[in-house]
Amino acid sequence: MRRFSWLYVPAGLTYAFLYLPIVVLVIMSFNAADTPYRWGGFDTAWYGRLFADRAVREGLINTLLVAAGATALSTVLGTLLAVGLARYTRSKLLDAIAVAPAVLPDIVLAIGLLAFYTAVQFTLGLHSILLAHTVFGTAFVAAVVRTRLAHVDGSLEEASRDLGATPLQTFVRITLPSLAPGIIAGALLAFSLSIDEFVIAFFTAGPQDPTLPIVIYSMVRFGVTPEINALATLLLAVSFTFVIVAQRLSRLTESL
Amino acid sequence: MSEPLVSIQAVSRRFGDIRALEQVSLEIRQGEFFALLGPSGCGKTTLLRILAGFEHPDSGSVTLDGADLLAVAPHRRPVNLMFQSYALFPHMSVATNIAYGLARERVPKGEIRERVDEVLATVGLTGLARRRPHQLSGGQRQRVALARAIVKRPRLLLLDEPLSALDKKVRAEMQLELKRLQHEVGITFVVVTHDQEEAMSLADRIAVMSEGRVRQVDAPVPLYERPADLFVADFIGANNLITGVVTPDGLRVPDVGVLPCPAPPDAVGATATLAIRPERVRLGADGGLTGVVRDVTFFGGTTRVAVDVAGLDRPLLATVAGAAAVGLGDKTRVDWSGGDAVLLDRA
Repeated sequence: MRRFSWLYVPAGLTYAFLYLPIVVLVIMSFNAADTPYRWGGFDTAWYGRLFADRAVREGLINTLLVAAGATALSTVLGTLLAVGLARYTRSKLLDAIAVAPAVLPDIVLAIGLLAFYTAVQFTLGLHSILLAHTVFGTAFVAAVVRTRLAHVDGSLEEASRDLGATPLQTFVRITLPSLAPGIIAGALLAFSLSIDEFVIAFFTAGPQDPTLPIVIYSMVRFGVTPEINALATLLLAVSFTFVIVAQRLSRLTESL
Repeated sequence: MSEPLVSIQAVSRRFGDIRALEQVSLEIRQGEFFALLGPSGCGKTTLLRILAGFEHPDSGSVTLDGADLLAVAPHRRPVNLMFQSYALFPHMSVATNIAYGLARERVPKGEIRERVDEVLATVGLTGLARRRPHQLSGGQRQRVALARAIVKRPRLLLLDEPLSALDKKVRAEMQLELKRLQHEVGITFVVVTHDQEEAMSLADRIAVMSEGRVRQVDAPVPLYERPADLFVADFIGANNLITGVVTPDGLRVPDVGVLPCPAPPDAVGATATLAIRPERVRLGADGGLTGVVRDVTFFGGTTRVAVDVAGLDRPLLATVAGAAAVGLGDKTRVDWSGGDAVLLDRA
C-alpha cells in the first residue's frame, strides 16, 4: 500500500477549486426546485423546458450553422496555411503572425473586426460571425497542423514524387493522409471554440439571429434560471467530447 | 567495355558560401554497382539528389542513356531512390507501398498484383504484404523500401546510406543481399555511403569524394593499392604516411634516414608523402628502422603493432598475421620493400 502524502491535500483542493463550480452547475440542472438555495429532488424538467424554448432552439441552430461554416473554412485555410508556411518560408515572423489570432485577446479581435466590417460597410448577421470565427479558427487549425507537420518525415513526399506521382497526386495521397489526425483535431478544436464563443459573436452579430451564447447572455440578465444550468450542462458535455476526441487524435499523431 | 549509362559533366552546386559540388564529372556504366564514398559533407548526397531530381546543379550537365536528365521532372525520371529513412508511407500496407509507383504508371491491377508478389518473393517478404510499416523490423522495412524502388524496374537505382540504420549483424546480411539482388535484377545501382568497408565490399567501382570534388574513381583493389592522393590514401583503410624528399635511393626523412620507396627519376628532389599499408610492414627484419613497441592490439586473425620510431611524429603501424612475436616496450626493426610503398602528392 502506498503511503499517504500530505501533498494530496493541496492537490485535491486545487481540483475542487477548478471543478466544484461545474459540478454544482450540473447538479443544479437536475434540481426540481427553481432556486439554487433549496434541493427539490431530482428532475429533468428543465431540459424539457429548454427544448420547448423557441429562442434557445433558434440560437442553437444559428450557433451550429456558424460553427459548421467557420470550421469548414478554417480547416481548409488553416491546413493550406500550415503546409505553405512549412514549405515555402523560413520566416519566424510570418509563422508568428499566422497563429497570432489564436492568442490575441478576444476583445481586441472583436473590436477590430467590427471596425473593419463598418469600414467596408459589410452587413452584420450570421455571415459576419461566421467570418469572424473563421479568423481565429484558421489560426488554431494552422497551429495544430504545423505541429503535425513537424512530426511527418519530409522524405515521404519526395518518395512519392520519386515513384512517379505528380505534385497534386502527392498532396492528395501522401501529404493529406499523413496530416489527417492533425487536420481533424484542428477542425474539432475550431468547432468547439466556435460554439461557445461569446465576445466576438456579440460584437459582430446583426440585430436578428443571435447565437446560443448571446441568447444565454440575454436570459441571464434576468437572473440565472435552472433552464440555463441545463443548457450549460449540455454545452459542457459537447465540449468535453470534442476536446477528448481532439486530444486522442493528437496523441495518435505523436505515435505515428 | 559497356556503354556509360549516366554521364555527369562538370556539375557544380553551391549552397550559399558552401560549395557542395565543384566541377564533378563521372561516368556510370550500364549494370554496374557504383559507390559514392566520402565523409559527411563531401557532396555525395547532393549528387545523389541531383540524379533523383530533388536538387538542381548550378552548372554542368547530366545525361541518362544519352538524353538530358536535368530537364526531366523527378516523377518522370526512370530513376528510383531508396531513402536513408526508407520513407515508407505509414498509412499504407506493405503491398500498397510497393504498388504505389506502379499504380501511378497506370499499370493494370492484375499485373500490379503479380509484380508485387514477385518482388516480395525476391526480397524474401512473402506473407508480410498486409502489414503496416510500423509492424516491421528495421531489416524488413529496408527490404520493403528496396522492393518499392526496384518494382518499377528503373534504369538507375539510387541508395542513400542503405545500411546505416541497421545493426551490425543485419547489416552484413543485407550487404550480401544487396549484391545478390543487383545481380538478379540487373539494375544499375548507385550507393552513397560514408563507410569505406561497405563501399569496398559492395561496389564494382567507387568514386571517392571530398569537399565537393571527386578524388579518384577506381575499382576497390586499385583504390586500396594505388591511391591517387593523400586524402584517398588516408581515407581508405589504415595507412602509414611519411613526408620527405625523394632521392634516387628512396625517401629522405630528416632525423630518420632514407626509407624504401619507388623513386622515378622525374621525382627526384621533390617533396612527397610515402604511403605504406600496415600489412606490408615487416617487423623484426634485418634492415630498416629501429623502434620501440608502443601498443599491441590483438584482433583474432591479425595483430596490429604500433612502433615508435625516433624522428617520426606518428607511430608506424604494422599488421601481422596471428599473435605478435613482440611485446610492449620491446625494441624491434621495422622494414618494407620499396615496391609496396606509394609516393603521393609530389611537389
